[in-house]
Amino acid sequence: MVVGILIVLSLALLSVYFRESSDGPLHGAQDVGATAVRPFQVGAERVARPFRDLYGWFDGLLTAKGENEKLREENSRLTLEAIRNQTAAQENLDLKQLLDYQDLPGLEDYRSVNTRVLGPQSPFGKRLLITAGSNDGIRLNAPVLAAGALVGEITELSPETAVVTLLTDESSAVAAYSIRTGALGLIQSGEGGSLSFANVTKDKDVSRGDLIATAGSSVPRLPSFFPRGIPIGIVTSTSQVDTEPFKQIQLVSNVDLSNLRAVTVLVR
Amino acid sequence: MTLDVLKTFVLVFAAVVLQSAIVSSIQIAGGTPDLLLVTLVAVSLLRGAIWGAAVGFTAGLLFDIANLGRLGETSLLLTVAGYWIGRYGETTGRDRTHAPLLSVAIVTILYSAGALALHIVLGDPVDAGTILVRALIPSVVLNLALAFPVYALVRRVLGRAEWSPHEVRLLG
Repeated sequence: MVVGILIVLSLALLSVYFRESSDGPLHGAQDVGATAVRPFQVGAERVARPFRDLYGWFDGLLTAKGENEKLREENSRLTLEAIRNQTAAQENLDLKQLLDYQDLPGLEDYRSVNTRVLGPQSPFGKRLLITAGSNDGIRLNAPVLAAGALVGEITELSPETAVVTLLTDESSAVAAYSIRTGALGLIQSGEGGSLSFANVTKDKDVSRGDLIATAGSSVPRLPSFFPRGIPIGIVTSTSQVDTEPFKQIQLVSNVDLSNLRAVTVLVR
Repeated sequence: MTLDVLKTFVLVFAAVVLQSAIVSSIQIAGGTPDLLLVTLVAVSLLRGAIWGAAVGFTAGLLFDIANLGRLGETSLLLTVAGYWIGRYGETTGRDRTHAPLLSVAIVTILYSAGALALHIVLGDPVDAGTILVRALIPSVVLNLALAFPVYALVRRVLGRAEWSPHEVRLLG
C-alpha cells in the first residue's frame, strides 16, 4: 500500500514537473531546495579537491612527456599564427571604423561569470551542474565556454546552481561556420560522443584543420543566444557520398568535454 | 523509531551531497560509482521493504532537487529499488553475508536498465550502447567495491536488522 502510494506520488511529481513551465510551483520549490543543498555540495567538493588534484597530478605525469614534445612544436606554430592574427585583427578594426560597419553582437558585448563544475547531472545525457545561477546574472540558453571555446549552453536554472548541456548531448545544436570559408552548418553530437558539423551542402568548401566557430544570427527577429565567433573546434575529417545531400564532417572540440572543472558563462 | 528516521535521513542526505558533488564526477574505465544506490541497498537490507521504499523515495527526491533533475524521476526508480531490496533482505537475503554484494550487483544492473527505459519513455536522447555495454560492468564493479564499507557504516549507524540472529536469540 505504502509502496503503491509512493510510486503514484513519484509518477504524479514527474508528470506535473514535465508539464509545468520553468516558473511553476514545483520548479520554484526545487530552486529553494537546491539553494539550501548547495553550501553542502560546495563544502564537499572543496574537501575532495586536494585528492582530485593529486590524482590529476599523477595522471598528468604519466602523459606529460609525450605531450611536452608535441606542445613545443605547436607553440612555435601558434606564436607565428598569433602575430599574424593580431595584425589582421587590428586591420579589421581599422577598416570597420572607417566603414562605420554594423556588426553582430560579439564577445566584447558580454560579461563573463566564471564558475566551478560540481559534476555531471546524471549518467544520461551530457549535462553538468555548475555552482552559479540566476543570482549571478545567468539566464537560460546562455553560452558556456571553457578555455575560450564553446562547450554548451545553460538549460536549467536555479538561483544558486545551473545545468549546462554540453555540445556532445544529443539534444544540442548550434549554428556555426567555418572561419576560413564561411560555410554554414550546425554543430551536433556525433558518433561516440564526438561532434559533427552537419547540414553543410556539398558545394561548400570545408577541409581538415578548419576552425569552426559560432555563427550568431543576422536576423534581428530571431537573434542567436550565442555571439558570433566563439571557437568550437577543428575539423578532423570530411567526406561525402552521392546519396546524401550534405557533407559528413567530424570535428574535435578545442577542450576535453569529458573533464571540465571550471567554465565561463557569458551574460549580457 | 524517531532516532532511526533521523539517522537514516542524515545518511541519505550525506550520500546525496557526496554523490552529486564528488562521486558522480569519478569515472573509471567508463563507469561511475553510485554511492546513493549503495547506501539505499544497505538501509533497505537492514530495515526492510517499507523503509526501503520510503528511503528510496526521499533519496530520489533529494537527489533530483540537488541536481536540478526532473522531480519524481529518481524517486520512482529508487522507490522500486528500495522496496525490492528490502523484500530480499526480509526473506531470502536474511543472515547471508553475501546479501549486500548480490543486492548491489543486481540492483545496479536493474537500476541502469530501468533508468534507461524511463529516459526512453520520456523522450530523452540516450546512448543505450554506452550505458548497457560499456559503462555497466565497470559501474557494477565500482558499486561492489563500495558495498561492504558502506554496508558496515550504515549497520554501525542504524544497528542490526530487526530479524537478525542476535535478536532472534533474544526472543527465544
